[in-house]
Amino acid sequence: MSLDDSSTNAVLSVRDLSVSFATRQGVVQAVDGLSFDVGAKEVLGIVGESGSGKSVAMYSILGLVRDANVSISGSVLFEGREILGLSDTEMQSVRGGEVGMIFQDPMTALTPVYTVGWQIVEQLRAHNDMTKKAAYERATELLAEVGIPNPKSRVSHYPHEFSGGMRQRVVIAMALSCNPKLLIADEPTTALDVTTQAQILDLMGRLQAAHGSSIVIITHDMGVIAEIAHRVVVMYAGRPAEIGPELDVVRSARHPYTWGLLGAVPRADVKTRRLVTIPGNAVSPLEVPTGCAFAPRCQYRMEICAERPPMRGAHGHLDACWLSDEQRLEIRSSATVRGES
Amino acid sequence: MIALGVLLFMVIVTLLAPIYAHDIAHDNPFASNLQGRIKIGNHYRSVMQSNTQGLGLGVTPIGPTWHFSKYFLGADELGRDVFARILYGGRVTLLIGFSSGLICIAVATVLGMLAGYFGRATDWIISRALDIVWAFPIYLLAISLSVILVTSGLDLGIIHIGAGSLLLPILIIASVYVPYVARPVRGIVFSLKERDFIQAAIASGASDWHILRKEIWPNVAPSVIVFFPLMVALNILTESALSILGIGVQPPQASWGTIINDGLQLLYTRPWVAIAPGICIVIVCVALNILGDGVRDAFDPRAKLRGSI
Amino acid sequence: MLRFIAKRLASAVLVMFTISVLVFLIFFATPGVNPASRIAGRSASPAVLRQVAKEFGLNRPLPIRYALMMFHLFIKQDLTSYVNIGDKIIPQITAAAPITLSLIFGAVVIWLFVGISGGVIAAKNKGKFIDPLVMFFGIAAISIPVYWLGQMVLLVTQGGLHRSIFAWIPNGGYVSLTQSPWQWALHLLFPWLTLASLYAGIYARVLRGELINNMNEDYIRTARAKGLSERRILYRHALRCSLISIVSLFGLDVGVLVGGAALLTEVVFGLQGVGWLTYQGLQNLDLPLIMGCVMYGAFFVVLASAVVDVLYAYIDPRIRVVA
Repeated sequence: MSLDDSSTNAVLSVRDLSVSFATRQGVVQAVDGLSFDVGAKEVLGIVGESGSGKSVAMYSILGLVRDANVSISGSVLFEGREILGLSDTEMQSVRGGEVGMIFQDPMTALTPVYTVGWQIVEQLRAHNDMTKKAAYERATELLAEVGIPNPKSRVSHYPHEFSGGMRQRVVIAMALSCNPKLLIADEPTTALDVTTQAQILDLMGRLQAAHGSSIVIITHDMGVIAEIAHRVVVMYAGRPAEIGPELDVVRSARHPYTWGLLGAVPRADVKTRRLVTIPGNAVSPLEVPTGCAFAPRCQYRMEICAERPPMRGAHGHLDACWLSDEQRLEIRSSATVRGES
Repeated sequence: MIALGVLLFMVIVTLLAPIYAHDIAHDNPFASNLQGRIKIGNHYRSVMQSNTQGLGLGVTPIGPTWHFSKYFLGADELGRDVFARILYGGRVTLLIGFSSGLICIAVATVLGMLAGYFGRATDWIISRALDIVWAFPIYLLAISLSVILVTSGLDLGIIHIGAGSLLLPILIIASVYVPYVARPVRGIVFSLKERDFIQAAIASGASDWHILRKEIWPNVAPSVIVFFPLMVALNILTESALSILGIGVQPPQASWGTIINDGLQLLYTRPWVAIAPGICIVIVCVALNILGDGVRDAFDPRAKLRGSI
Repeated sequence: MLRFIAKRLASAVLVMFTISVLVFLIFFATPGVNPASRIAGRSASPAVLRQVAKEFGLNRPLPIRYALMMFHLFIKQDLTSYVNIGDKIIPQITAAAPITLSLIFGAVVIWLFVGISGGVIAAKNKGKFIDPLVMFFGIAAISIPVYWLGQMVLLVTQGGLHRSIFAWIPNGGYVSLTQSPWQWALHLLFPWLTLASLYAGIYARVLRGELINNMNEDYIRTARAKGLSERRILYRHALRCSLISIVSLFGLDVGVLVGGAALLTEVVFGLQGVGWLTYQGLQNLDLPLIMGCVMYGAFFVVLASAVVDVLYAYIDPRIRVVA
């Protein structure tokens, strides 16, 4: 699936999304020219450091950015329909009803004073014409589906009576309650321990297959990408660095930033003396260079990198880097095994 | 910022009270002036005027003349210049407000820090004491203490405080509000104690006194500073309530509260005697509250999300 | 839960006891003050002074004096005034209580309504003009001395305008509910408004702060992602959580008021409630009366504090687990 295909099968089609904030210190460009597609039943991972704009991008799509100083441009087609310019009231039927969202911290994601069942029922009845009884039954079913034991009694428990992992399951249940075509997950496992992390990712994979929804999963962890994503978008400083099928990106990454990210994944099977870190710090959103955003930290930078590289590639695998394929080959063969793919 | 300006204006104006009284008005706001006459324009008028309305009995003080130099707001029932009295009264009210605020916060901070830092027995004793003072309805406590002490003074061995001294209302009002400030300070110190940098200081062998002074106090200070203007406003309101009841400031001293009290007798004939000091209190307290909010917002990094006034 | 209640009540009793000791000490043992003349009032004859000394055991040790006072107050319930000789204190207090309660009831309704609406309006329109406007009124409301405000209200309604616009407002006093509900409300209207103004200001400000804080919480973001309307989010989620903190404030305020803290309002408007009674006692230095009123007041504050703690556990499900 190449980017120029205005595929009407794409569940979500984002073109040139740009989000900026007017602050006292100047204009902050949080997202700059992001374009990608999400196909039906596909899991797209968006990966990048904190501050790369990955969360802001998805929030803006859903109209969840409430800052008065924001300006959003571009085009977002959800099932062929432009949703970027919709009024808040119109978005309300999209949110929760057609696009579900789950957030990073399950401990604070649920309203503390209402039972879990009440909150799921609230969402169900906001989008469907259901009686309370029917809604509660459906809520109980959903809890069972996400693997919560004793759903019949747990449905009338309060959020604080659940552990972190259990709460995240509740949040997932709630997000899937109206059978959305698209589920957006913002760092859903970051706040959980490693074992629970694996369980949640596994759950999401199963549910996705069962419900037939697409997932956009935002993360900073390439391990999560490798685990669950079909396709990947690598973001840096609000700009897309590399896009492609997960296997391609992980096995033959093209952008130096992706190399750095992959090098940072601890691998049990390869002997490493130390984890690779990407030198330097993430660029401040106020000081993004006009050329390639990654150039200041890139050990392969060239003179031409003062010009912003276009997104180019083939077979659905694109990158925004001036390096030619020959140059990449050279770099790869001269690299010693230090945990880089 | 406007609030600060208003406040300073009031303070300066009241400090200039004696200048006004002596040089401009040429009268003594504390001496009765039942026989006096004043010159306005080309007429002479009596300060105490015979009643022409109603039964035509008795005398009524002159109303506001709106001349800056003479009985600007009229006279009270003893013929005294109300405006000048308000200026003098302002000094007393503001003095009481600020000093009891200062004392209250100083004592409360010390108690809160001791209770929070040393914990266990020290905390238990201090907290129980605070609970008891706090459990008393504030006005009842202030009133009870005032009734006893203000009318007959305090005589505790070496400590003699005369009945009319301002120190009594100051101390009473200050002590009544100590728990209000001490409890939050204690809470802050509790959570500070768990923080790493305090643990590090303790581990490195620093003395308690050093830690309290160098590590704890700077972190407690912002919250304490925020409390100050609010406490002053609260204390001013309490002082006026007590003075109106006759158990605050005692004559011959005057405060805004006592002037209101005086003015109540004349409420329907010469309302300004009661209205003006009240308005002064409102203005000062509003300014203090706005100032307090501003100080709090300045210290609070999340204030941007909340700020309005 | 029951253990929690029991513990709370036990500490309440302890506090009551301590308060009674403190009151006793203030009135009878403040150094440099003569108890007998304190009790008998300002203009007592030597005979009365001697009787007082005997009756209250002023020649006996402190603890015995304390016990005697408590005995008179609580058990025999025949504590009598020494100013209005022979008047029993306790009946006076019980007669005055309904008046205070009537005053508080109306004021509570008004201040809750005005305060909460004010807070919600200000929070909803955060940053726009109406927000600082409402907050300014809130600040003004808490900067006005209650007694003075009452007098100003009287000045307006009973003064020059009494014959014209405000002719329908009665000149103070109280009409009991059972006698005539309409007159009861009419007489209490302005006292209600006066007393409510202070609290409405406080509540509006506190609620606005809480609402704005809560609107930035994560669960509000979740609610939005669920596709709920902003209105529902504000009222059903943010407000519901904000009201929790208002509850404890409210409980304490009501407790203090029932105990007689509205004394200034009562005095201004001539309502002979418990606060008014306390004031009379203070004016006349009628110590038994003052003692009775202070104990009555303290009791309600302590009770209210305990009730609020229990209620809190009921309203906020998270507390129940900890308690």
